[in-house]
Amino acid sequence: MSRALITSGPLDPTASLPAVDMSTSIGSFETPAPVFTASGCAAAGKELDQFFDITLLGGVVTKSVMMAARSGRATPRMAETPSGMLNSIGLQGPGIDAFIEHDVAWLRQRGARIVVSIAGGSVDEYAKLASKLRPVEGISAIEVNISCPNVEDRGHVFACDPTAASNVIQAVRRNSDIKTPIIAKLSPDVTDIVSIASAVERAGADALAVINTTLGMVIDLDTLRPALGGITGGLSGPAIRPIAVRCVWQIHQALPHLPILGMGGIRNGEDALQFILAGASAVSVGTVTFHDPSAPLRVQQELEVALAERGFATLREAIGYGHRGPDLPELTEEDE
Amino acid sequence: MPPLQLTGQVLDVRRAGMYTVLSLTAPGLAERTRPGHFLNIGIGGEESALLLRRAFAIYQVQSRGVYGGSVDIVIGPHGKGTKWLVDRRRHDNLSIVGPLGRPFTLPKNPANCILVGGGYGTAPLFMLADQLRERGCRVDVIAGAATEEKLFGTLEIKRAASTLTVTTDDGSMGTRGRVTDVLEDVIERSAADVIYACGPMGMLSAVAAIAAARGVYVQTSVEEAMACGIGVCMTCVLPVIGEDGITRMVRSCVDGPVFRGDQVRWADVGTIPADALGAPTGGQ
Repeated sequence: MSRALITSGPLDPTASLPAVDMSTSIGSFETPAPVFTASGCAAAGKELDQFFDITLLGGVVTKSVMMAARSGRATPRMAETPSGMLNSIGLQGPGIDAFIEHDVAWLRQRGARIVVSIAGGSVDEYAKLASKLRPVEGISAIEVNISCPNVEDRGHVFACDPTAASNVIQAVRRNSDIKTPIIAKLSPDVTDIVSIASAVERAGADALAVINTTLGMVIDLDTLRPALGGITGGLSGPAIRPIAVRCVWQIHQALPHLPILGMGGIRNGEDALQFILAGASAVSVGTVTFHDPSAPLRVQQELEVALAERGFATLREAIGYGHRGPDLPELTEEDE
Repeated sequence: MPPLQLTGQVLDVRRAGMYTVLSLTAPGLAERTRPGHFLNIGIGGEESALLLRRAFAIYQVQSRGVYGGSVDIVIGPHGKGTKWLVDRRRHDNLSIVGPLGRPFTLPKNPANCILVGGGYGTAPLFMLADQLRERGCRVDVIAGAATEEKLFGTLEIKRAASTLTVTTDDGSMGTRGRVTDVLEDVIERSAADVIYACGPMGMLSAVAAIAAARGVYVQTSVEEAMACGIGVCMTCVLPVIGEDGITRMVRSCVDGPVFRGDQVRWADVGTIPADALGAPTGGQ
């Protein structure tokens, strides 16, 4: 595909700084770059590839797909909120077969690293989705969306119950290739996110995606009714960033060996660095893509600068650095 | 051609009745723009609390000139984001992404065309009228609004049209009533082959109904709330019948904003029709 001509933005901010080794890993998935798209904010990569080369990212996390084609919820599906937005899309999608045939095929042919996000209404549906993906070539990891608050049946928010969440992860693990890392995506709408993280790890999760949107609501003052067709929606964007950083911090503190794909309101490289320092091995850029369609690659370039400016030679040495005692890397004078 | 992402500089901000016309530098945009395309603009600068870009129909483009190309859009008085936009001054920089969407389809051979604009829905019709006339088409324009002050560009569009019919709900200009009250007469008088319409959804629905009854081909440019404008967020969907007869919830930003009027399920906009692909079944 031909690419949009981008005539603005930080073009080579790394010019005068040493290169940083940006490689990282999410379980057995090794990637040369640490920034991913976020599920639901990048479709299946094709549209964003018009704005930047998606193969330069750590990977493309596709919109959560279910077994059957799904129309999603009635409009309005979106409401802008301070530094964020609410959405109630309702997992509109083509269904797993069409998704594998068209979207995965396109991404593979394009040479992108692919993380497929799956969502189900029952443990059985997750198991079937994993079985469908098992023989498919070129999938670097599976993200299991157990925390989407937008599904039609509110009883099916697996992420809020350690047992339900574990059952899903176990089913996906059993039906997936053992070499494919399973990433459990957690909801922040729980009392103790560490207990959910521990439970899904015991069930076989190789890594965690932290966090999904948090449930919110807006009332329209013209209609005097909920602004969204789905009444409640998932809040995302910079408004939720401190919640996300806190969740990454708590989980990394309790389970420092478990890789985390951190996300929630990342707008620039310094935001991304907060997640890395809190314990994320990689990050996803989501809602901000709606504000700047080239944001994922821009954030990746800015993250490299942010690391170099603080004296890090590799991304890996910055992972969880915020937890490790009072000593700071050597700072140049102007940073102090 | 893929869209551009660029920084445009404000050249001019001028009032046009209750609307504001914003001119921006936009090198390369004109060459890619066809009538019916839109663009979107980032609001409030890099650290803005208003994350979502605002979408505007492209009103005019200039491919040359001292600025190496520029674009004009028409801004209506709405919420916080557009208020911020109309407060921009000459030399301010704005983030532009465009052109976006599927534009109007032009007839291959000369045809009799009616252009219907509601309020500032006339904005994309100026470029369309010019290009239709270049192809030897007859162009008749109907412009309607609630009141005279809510009409946009009626004097200007008159130059590109064989006839201009104006309607206002309150009779403050032209015929008292709606565009659909005069549409059948104009269809009759111009022996119309094609209708192009842009404006509020209610107007488009009514225009499409008349076109269907009269057997006239109709293209409508819809107005749906968007978040991204580039096809990734799935916010701006509406039920549209495909060539295969199946109704799908399609994105107005990339599958539209221009749709064939007979393919949009106007009465079902804002809902998921039970027969739409992937619609919830009982118990789901």
